[in-house]
Amino acid sequence: MNLLASDITALWLTLQLAAVTTVILMVIGAPLAWWLSRSTSKFSSVVEATVALPLILPPTVIGFYLLIAFSPDNFLGSSWLALTGQPLAFTFSGLVVGSVIYSLPFVVQPLQSGFQHFDHKLLEAAETMGAGTLDRFFNLIIPLTRRAFVTAALLGFAHTMGEFGVVLMIGGNIPGETQVLSIALYDHVEALDYQRAHWLAGGLLAFSFALLILLYGFNRHKKSGVKQL
Amino acid sequence: MSGDKKIQLAVEHSFLKKGGAQKERVQKKSAQKANSQEADFTLAIKAQLPSKGITAIYGPSGCGKTTLLRCIAGLEQADHSQLHIGADDLGALPAKQRQLGYVFQEDRLFPHLSVDGNLNFAWKRRFSDNGPSKQQVIAWLDIEILLDRKPDQLSGGQKQRVAIARALLTAPRCLLLDEPLAGVDSKARNPILRHLETLAENLSIPMVYVSHNLDEITRLADHLIIMDQGRLVAEGPLLDMLSRLDLDVTRQESAAVVLNTRIVDHDDRYSLTQLALSLDSGVSLGSESDAQLSVGQLSGEPGNTVRVRIPSRDVSIALERPSQSSILNILPGVISEIESIDGARVIIKTEVAGQAILARITRKSMEHLQLETGKQVYLQIKTVALLSETLN
Repeated sequence: MNLLASDITALWLTLQLAAVTTVILMVIGAPLAWWLSRSTSKFSSVVEATVALPLILPPTVIGFYLLIAFSPDNFLGSSWLALTGQPLAFTFSGLVVGSVIYSLPFVVQPLQSGFQHFDHKLLEAAETMGAGTLDRFFNLIIPLTRRAFVTAALLGFAHTMGEFGVVLMIGGNIPGETQVLSIALYDHVEALDYQRAHWLAGGLLAFSFALLILLYGFNRHKKSGVKQL
Repeated sequence: MSGDKKIQLAVEHSFLKKGGAQKERVQKKSAQKANSQEADFTLAIKAQLPSKGITAIYGPSGCGKTTLLRCIAGLEQADHSQLHIGADDLGALPAKQRQLGYVFQEDRLFPHLSVDGNLNFAWKRRFSDNGPSKQQVIAWLDIEILLDRKPDQLSGGQKQRVAIARALLTAPRCLLLDEPLAGVDSKARNPILRHLETLAENLSIPMVYVSHNLDEITRLADHLIIMDQGRLVAEGPLLDMLSRLDLDVTRQESAAVVLNTRIVDHDDRYSLTQLALSLDSGVSLGSESDAQLSVGQLSGEPGNTVRVRIPSRDVSIALERPSQSSILNILPGVISEIESIDGARVIIKTEVAGQAILARITRKSMEHLQLETGKQVYLQIKTVALLSETLN
């Protein structure tokens, strides 16, 4: 009945991956979403489409191209190897890169929509009071688009937790290094160990459901409470 | 010290105007993008503003006055702009370093912060410690009881008072106000105008007040800049400008002159106060009684200065002093200038005790009375509106 030690390891690894990925996504997603929400150039729709690609592409397609890019024969793989002395393919770092790309739209899109509803005139007012870019970002934009930030972080985290196809292609199945929950689940099913598979599948289902209830509950509460822009 | 802190500005800016109601709200982006071929509006203003008091920038909607103010604040990137306050050259600085307070047409309060939080936002970032204290500003604008409220719990007038307070708390070099009463309902305007008068008396920094409302301007301003189509039409002290017949301001329906008067005496029996048009007491006592106005009783001491406003449409002209009239205020004057407004009406400027009063009458009356410059006449003044009562 108990979870295997390998399952615990997979769970821990998955949580780590989701956490690291979410942090990175917030850091690169916020400025990207800000630019997309403000830009009027034609180039921005190309960027927008690129960001949205993981929504419709089969994860194995992303994984396949990433695997090729990670190869030491190619620029990304070789420069990473030169910088860190480690390859990207079949490592945790590789999984992080893959997850960032895979979950990008889940972070960028809520942020972009939040920023679009943000009243930019307030920034001018803050500017005349001497507030610089970072000051305005932390003291006006974040508090006033908090909902978007929470949504983006929760969706990015949850989506990374359930990642399978990309991981399978670029990470393989190394316990403690690249074996995440969904891969462990796949292993159990392959081995016809349905009981353990139930534990993992049910656990992921319950977790995702709980996270979404939290998210929608938070948004509903915000809507009925303080009037937002 | 105040003499060398004059604001000198020269702005040249061509841009593409947006149509319709948004005419004046030209967005930063489109303004920057527009090159000279696309541009359909050119702002070219060179002016020197006094270092104290309120300078009003007046002009019709769409004349570029808001854009000019935004260029002063650095919110709009003008093609060529120079801005000096005293010896400081601000022209090349970004908005956040210009240290100018800005009150927008809309209040632009931060919705997630309380009134106090909004004030603290400015106070924490104040440019110097030489400005007024938080307590002073809160008292001047009478917002003590609003401190704990959120912006969405305030009325339009209250929001704008908080916005003015917030702009002042950064201790700016100059306070720029862009039609702060435009979005406020008419009932709430008077209190705000009173608060602005209080500020003008207490602040050591100049204020620049953009408006298309002549009433507000005659009440507040000391100096007037008139704009049209992006150009400067005329500028000068308010009192002189309001009696210049070559300017459009004197032809308008709401045209009025502003006079500086001095309290002479109170008439308790009729609850009236006598005001003299000549400001230096003691001199020319003989003629003084001739140039006096009666207004509803004021609280001030004799000798205090009072600013009054006389609308041109409420002044009529007689050749002899009417003895049987209900109108109290009848002043002798000499016609100095006559200008026709349209086929039916003319505007007549008269000198009374060294100050100018305008009368708007029909051309028919003018010809009937054979009015011409140099002629001695009597002005019957129906209404005298009190603007401010300041202690000497």
